Amino acid sequence: MHRVYLDNNATTPLLPEVFEAMRPYFGESFGNASSIHHHGQETRAAVENARESVAKLLGCAAAEVIFTSGGTEGDNLAIAGLVNSGDHVITSSIEHHAVLHAAKHLEEMGCQVTVLPVDGRCLIDPRDVRRALRPKTKLVSIMMANNETGVVQPVEEIGKIAAEAGVLFHTDAVQAAGKVPIDVKKIGCHALTISGHKLHGPQGTGVLYLKKGTELRPLFYGGRHERSRRAGTENVPGIVGLGKAAELATAALVRGDDKKMASMRDRLQRGILAQVEEAGVNGDAAARVPNTTNIRFDHVEGESLVIALDLRGLAVSTGAACSSGAIEPSHVLIAMGLRAEQARASIRFSLGKQTREEDINFGLSVVLETVRRLRELSPRYKKQAVST
Amino acid sequence: MSTSTIAVAMSGGVDSSTVAAMLRAEGYNVIGLTMQLWNQRRLAGREGMPEQVHGRCCSLDDVYDARRVAQQIGIPYYVVNHEDRFERDVVRPFVEEYLSGRTPIPCSLCNNHLKFDQLITVARQIGAERVATGHYARVAYDEASGRWLLKRPADLSKDQTYFLFGLTQEQLSRTQFPLGDMTKPEVRELAHKHGLAIAEKPDSQEICFVPGGDYKRFIDAYLAEQGESLPDTAGQLVTTNGEVVGEHSGIHNFTVGQRKGLGVATGSPLYVIQISGANKRVVVGGDEHLYSRTLRAERINLISIDQLRGPMRVAVKIRHRHEPAPAVIERLTHERAGEAEILVTFDEPQRAITPGQAAVFYEGEVVVGGGWIA
Repeated sequence: MHRVYLDNNATTPLLPEVFEAMRPYFGESFGNASSIHHHGQETRAAVENARESVAKLLGCAAAEVIFTSGGTEGDNLAIAGLVNSGDHVITSSIEHHAVLHAAKHLEEMGCQVTVLPVDGRCLIDPRDVRRALRPKTKLVSIMMANNETGVVQPVEEIGKIAAEAGVLFHTDAVQAAGKVPIDVKKIGCHALTISGHKLHGPQGTGVLYLKKGTELRPLFYGGRHERSRRAGTENVPGIVGLGKAAELATAALVRGDDKKMASMRDRLQRGILAQVEEAGVNGDAAARVPNTTNIRFDHVEGESLVIALDLRGLAVSTGAACSSGAIEPSHVLIAMGLRAEQARASIRFSLGKQTREEDINFGLSVVLETVRRLRELSPRYKKQAVST
Repeated sequence: MSTSTIAVAMSGGVDSSTVAAMLRAEGYNVIGLTMQLWNQRRLAGREGMPEQVHGRCCSLDDVYDARRVAQQIGIPYYVVNHEDRFERDVVRPFVEEYLSGRTPIPCSLCNNHLKFDQLITVARQIGAERVATGHYARVAYDEASGRWLLKRPADLSKDQTYFLFGLTQEQLSRTQFPLGDMTKPEVRELAHKHGLAIAEKPDSQEICFVPGGDYKRFIDAYLAEQGESLPDTAGQLVTTNGEVVGEHSGIHNFTVGQRKGLGVATGSPLYVIQISGANKRVVVGGDEHLYSRTLRAERINLISIDQLRGPMRVAVKIRHRHEPAPAVIERLTHERAGEAEILVTFDEPQRAITPGQAAVFYEGEVVVGGGWIA
């Protein structure tokens, strides 16, 4: 079956150069990066080269890069590591569950958490952040780009507010990294999370940026790795892959590849809206990362649509990936004000660096045909058609 | 050999897993679906409900098993969530029936609304015009009458047609029961032949959403979770003569034919004869009072015939574990608008006819139809 993958916000395929860069580290270069002998020196060098590539992507110093197992660990490390019992934390209703659940856990540990709403455009109002500040506020954690809608948040303004208030600012940039430029100094954050497998690097890798001088309580004890902030033998092949992916992402941004990506995304979006009735975009009233569009197909069951599309070879998703038939409609779309049935009728399309124009053509034809068939079978749609 | 697409409802159990493997081997384009109908963790720990529920339908264990079977036989597999509809069309009515003094059959409601309505809808949405399940039953098209027939299976000890009486012609036309001609031991053997890991998995016997079978505990826990208080249906225990012999704490604690838990001691055994939701009375009496020759069935669904024109000789089951008893069925002259009712007159008095259960009419192995005992 011809398959087209438009679910890159869930994960991305490795770019060929990334796999090539990793290959020796599964083979002849296998040393523990902390060993003092030749084998360790070899892999230590590779790890530090990767660290510098990531630092370039984020606009920070190499010493400010902490390698982790991914976005979830990075978010947990930042939230658990920067906050003490009795502190107040401000976050948002559209964060990834890694942030929301880590923050919820803090409440059980004696902290207070304020969860800020978003408007219908999926945007946080920085003034809400300022209004929520309290004497005991220690940390603000607001994501840079939302994974479901792609909407980019006003992180620079939030960074300024945090600085003025003397409060720490963490941002989950998992969906932003490699898609839009990141400059941690411009953002003014003290901590920032990225994940390797969202930028064509391997799964199981990530980075927490931690501004020099920021105190952090580690999650993992047991070694002085990562300047005693994250114990554990380095995942050398993974880190090398992440470094290569970061390097390629930096070059792509400089080249302006993101503009081409945006135009393909826009063509897909326009094409669907032009040919499918009662369809609308969730989140196009704000700036978005260039690869994402979240589209609502009224009177269609989103779950059935994703399955039907998969059986035709097109891979997309309804909000965050989960295979156990979770019942809750996307908390992000609900936070934007969609009704539950609208949220359940929404599909996320997310392009990757490997996506070609033919893939957009294929996506358009399959979506049109499948939505049409689903609507024919939908008793609700028929009722609507009759009553208007 | 067929290359048509068929969706198999997979519960993670032996029967449905074997169906998926069989159809795949026959060359069908099979899609495995598990319907997530009830969150087993919802009421965990409430009002005495067990803390952990493993290996019940819709538990993570069962979804895992179904997924692994699908992976093993090489078919696409999806979990589709219909918890809302299941709660609305099966669980809620279950609770309300008990609170009205009737004994419900959730499995029939599930079949009508979820397994054969929602499932068929989803199957068609994703491109499968037909569905198959692991039910022990048979479907056949009768040329002469132009109707789809539901028939009893080869293995009468596993006969599930009692729960399938509500299926419509449209639903039957899209359904296959590949196990209809097999016995349970043969099915297990086939599961082994296909190398399915779940071949020895024990059958689940109880209502899927009531772990341990204690429906009273379930009702307490469910109402508490919903923030509703248990309606007060406490009242009197009376004999068939109207003599008050005791008190009871709620009509949902009883079912017709029940002997235990009456709290009344007399010389001879006493049974629940009738439960009156209206005046909260539970009538008790001796064994002889449990017998009746007639029942009224409402909300009828007919399968082998389109209408009941005159009296008809059939055999009737009044509960799942019951030998079909010879009877005559006829349409009742007074009908509520649009709804037919059937009077069933048995040749021999039947024991413990229970409102809320189904009366299913058979003509030999053919299911004529059925209705709900009023």
